[in-house]
Amino acid sequence: MTTNPPGADLPEHPDFLWRNPEPKKTYDVVIVGGGGHGLATAHYLAKNHGITNVAVLEKGWLAGGNMARNTTLIRSNYLWDESAAIYEHSLKLWEGLEDDLGYPILFSQRGVLNLAHTEQDIRDSVRRVEANKLNGIDAEWLEPDEVKRICPIINTSEDIRYPVQGATYQARAGIAKHDYVAWGFARRADEAGIDLIQDCEVLGFTVDGDRVTGVRTSRGDIGCGTVALCAAGHTSVLLDHLGVRAPLQSHPLQALVSELLEPVHPTIVMSNAVHVYVSQAHKGELVMGAGVDAYNGYGQRGAFHIIERQMAAAVELFPVFARAHLLRSWAGIVDVTPDASPIIGHTPYENVFVNAGWGTGGFKATPGIGWCYAHTIAHGEPHPYVAPFSLGRFTTGALVDEHGAAAVAH
Amino acid sequence: MQLIHCPWCGPREEVEFHYGGQAGVAYPERPAELSDQDWAEYVFYRDNPKGTFAERWSHSAGCRRWFDAVRDTHTYRFLSTTKPRPKEVRV
Ligand SMILES: Cc1cc2nc3c(=O)[nH]c(=O)nc-3n(C[C@H](O)[C@H](O)[C@H](O)COP(=O)(O)OP(=O)(O)OC[C@H]3O[C@@H](n4cnc5c(N)ncnc54)[C@H](O)[C@@H]3O)c2cc1C
Ligand SMILES: [Zn+2]
Repeated sequence: MTTNPPGADLPEHPDFLWRNPEPKKTYDVVIVGGGGHGLATAHYLAKNHGITNVAVLEKGWLAGGNMARNTTLIRSNYLWDESAAIYEHSLKLWEGLEDDLGYPILFSQRGVLNLAHTEQDIRDSVRRVEANKLNGIDAEWLEPDEVKRICPIINTSEDIRYPVQGATYQARAGIAKHDYVAWGFARRADEAGIDLIQDCEVLGFTVDGDRVTGVRTSRGDIGCGTVALCAAGHTSVLLDHLGVRAPLQSHPLQALVSELLEPVHPTIVMSNAVHVYVSQAHKGELVMGAGVDAYNGYGQRGAFHIIERQMAAAVELFPVFARAHLLRSWAGIVDVTPDASPIIGHTPYENVFVNAGWGTGGFKATPGIGWCYAHTIAHGEPHPYVAPFSLGRFTTGALVDEHGAAAVAH
Repeated sequence: MQLIHCPWCGPREEVEFHYGGQAGVAYPERPAELSDQDWAEYVFYRDNPKGTFAERWSHSAGCRRWFDAVRDTHTYRFLSTTKPRPKEVRV
């Protein structure tokens, strides 16, 4: 861990971000949604495939959706081979991303502890560690005293409601500065000639048989060769315009930060069982989140009792947090699927692709999905890493059930 | 936290309730005739509108009964809550 005072390692902002162009009449590729996924897709379309006649259409401001609201945890310790492949591909890209983007992203590999609180948690955790190792992903099982050594402020007493029985540990996991990640991708895409168009909401589509010929937007009609959806929690709204159904449900997911504190928390700690996870941001805030609010919602806010429960769990696990003041809380709208895995690939329209359903955990996938989705768009066929995540799996039954490794924990 | 109007008990705090997803998803009448796609739709697919949505809620920490609600998923406001309608009797 750095010995600098909190915040000292934050870089200066650059004097130039990106152009703010008027939309052209038509593009080879129209990406709907200017969050991390849309911007990363744009970057890799240009970099890996030389496709630059591309627009990213964003209804608000760039990366103002979940990208600006997430708690930035990055890890690849997922259970199934399909998930391990895409998340590990992404983690490897994170490890070189600062160089690729020529932009600081403050990627800090401080490790993640996923706590176990019951006998069954222990069995599931050890199983996941072994599965991770078989996939070449760094993973360890730690006993409570080893947990305490990595994170001294954690309460490993046996006298609490859900004592810490151990944890899985992935040392290469970490956090990054989400805004900088978005701006880095945006600058690169812009430099390549891709148009990033803000304040441009997609309101519908013009359709010719099983092809989409254009998008109708709040700034006029725009023709397109291919449409790539990257609208996270709002994907159902867009698919409704096309008469396409997908098994997605949108929920508010809340997070909060404390005031700035001295560096007290050196890693990331997550607990599915008591529903809290926490890391300490570069400047010093404790950043915390929990599970989604139960009901469907698009309001970008959630219920207070969820926060109360999450705080109760946090204070029991970290007694020193009792003195921290809550600075602010907020919510994003995340799209969850029945198997807690994303939906990527073809739709019934030949030239419309979907990337959605990342739910509570898609930030960590940002470079990886940008890479694979760009390949999918360029070749008209899913990249092998995303092929298992087709919409068709709900019909064939080949689900990628990641509730154990994905749901709640991010 | 909002007050939710249980049709049997009246207004109670949100923490007493459990969310049950979309209302009116009926078990297929002729299950043997369903295609894989039909089964997928029945098991996995639910509407996800931004706006009014017919839902099921249960007053799980109160009378423990299920009821139907219409709620706006954008404002989260409950527009109505009603006792489930009795099934039509078929002859
Ligand atoms: C509180 C919270 C905590 C989270 N924590 C983590 C975490 O720790 N780790 C992790 O890996 N993931 C986390 N996530 C999940 C992660 O943020 C998302 O999975 C990921 O950001 C989704 O991809 P995206 O970045 O493209 O989405 P977004 O940034 O939401 O991008 C979608 C964009 O589409 C735009 N859009 C929508 N409809 C239209 C339209 N009709 N026309 C034009 N534009 C449109 C939106 O305005 C938005 O900017 C968290 C999410 C939340 C809300
Ligand atoms: Zn009641």
